[in-house]
Amino acid sequence: MAIEVRIPTILRTYTGGAKTVDGAGDTLEGLFVDLDGKHPGLRDRLIKDGALHRFVNVYVNDEDVRFTGALETTLNDGDSVTILPAVAGG
Amino acid sequence: MLTISRELHDQIVAHARADHPDEACGVVAGPEGADRPERFIPMLNAARSPTFYEFDSMDLLRLYREMDDRDEVPVVIYHSHTATEAYPSRTDITYASEPEAHYVLVSTRESATTEFRSYRIVDGVVTEEPVEVVQSYLFGHTRTETVYEQ
Repeated sequence: MAIEVRIPTILRTYTGGAKTVDGAGDTLEGLFVDLDGKHPGLRDRLIKDGALHRFVNVYVNDEDVRFTGALETTLNDGDSVTILPAVAGG
Repeated sequence: MLTISRELHDQIVAHARADHPDEACGVVAGPEGADRPERFIPMLNAARSPTFYEFDSMDLLRLYREMDDRDEVPVVIYHSHTATEAYPSRTDITYASEPEAHYVLVSTRESATTEFRSYRIVDGVVTEEPVEVVQSYLFGHTRTETVYEQ
C-alpha cells in the first residue's frame, strides 16, 4: 500500500533531501513506524510522549489529523500525507 | 543579510500597524533558491492575541500547497511584537522551523517609530542580520536606456 508523504524542509535531513517519500501503513501510527525504518529518527521529530508533537501539523489529503483521530487516523492506498511545521510564536 | 524592497517592507509595517495591539503575521514568498522576497502574503493570526500568533492549520496547508505549485519558498516569515522589542521570544525560537527563512520581527510598541529587524533561527540559535531596504531588486543589474523622440 503506497502512501505519498510530503516532507518539510527541516526534516529533509532524514530523507536525504527528498521532498516526498513513499510509505505504507493502515494508520498514521503505522505509517510513521514504516517511515522510521527507512529514515531513522524521523518518528521522534513527529511524536512526543506517544502523541503528535504540538509543533507539527499532519494532514491526510486535505484534513488536519487532529480532527480525524490523530495517530489512529486510518489510511488508504493512494492517500497523500503532508507534514508541515506549525508557524507560530509569541 | 536580508535584502527587501521598500514596497514589501512598508506592506509588512502597515499590516503590523493595522492589527495592533494584536500580533500580525505573514510570509513573503520568493522563488526557490533565489533568497529574494517577492510575494506578500499577509496571514490571519488564528490566536488573535497581543502575545501569541499562529497560522490557522488549514491556511497553512493552502499556503504551502500554493508555494509548492509556484516553486516558491517562504523567504521571509514575519510577525509583530506589540509591547516588546523586535527580538525573537523564547516561544518564537521554540517554534522556528524554517532554517532557510529570514525571520522578520516588527515592533509596534512605539506609535511614532517601527522597529524592523531580521534574524536567522537555526536549531534554537538566533543570529541577527542586517536589513537592506532597496527601491528595486533590479538595481545594478539592468542598464536603463532612455530614448528621446523628436
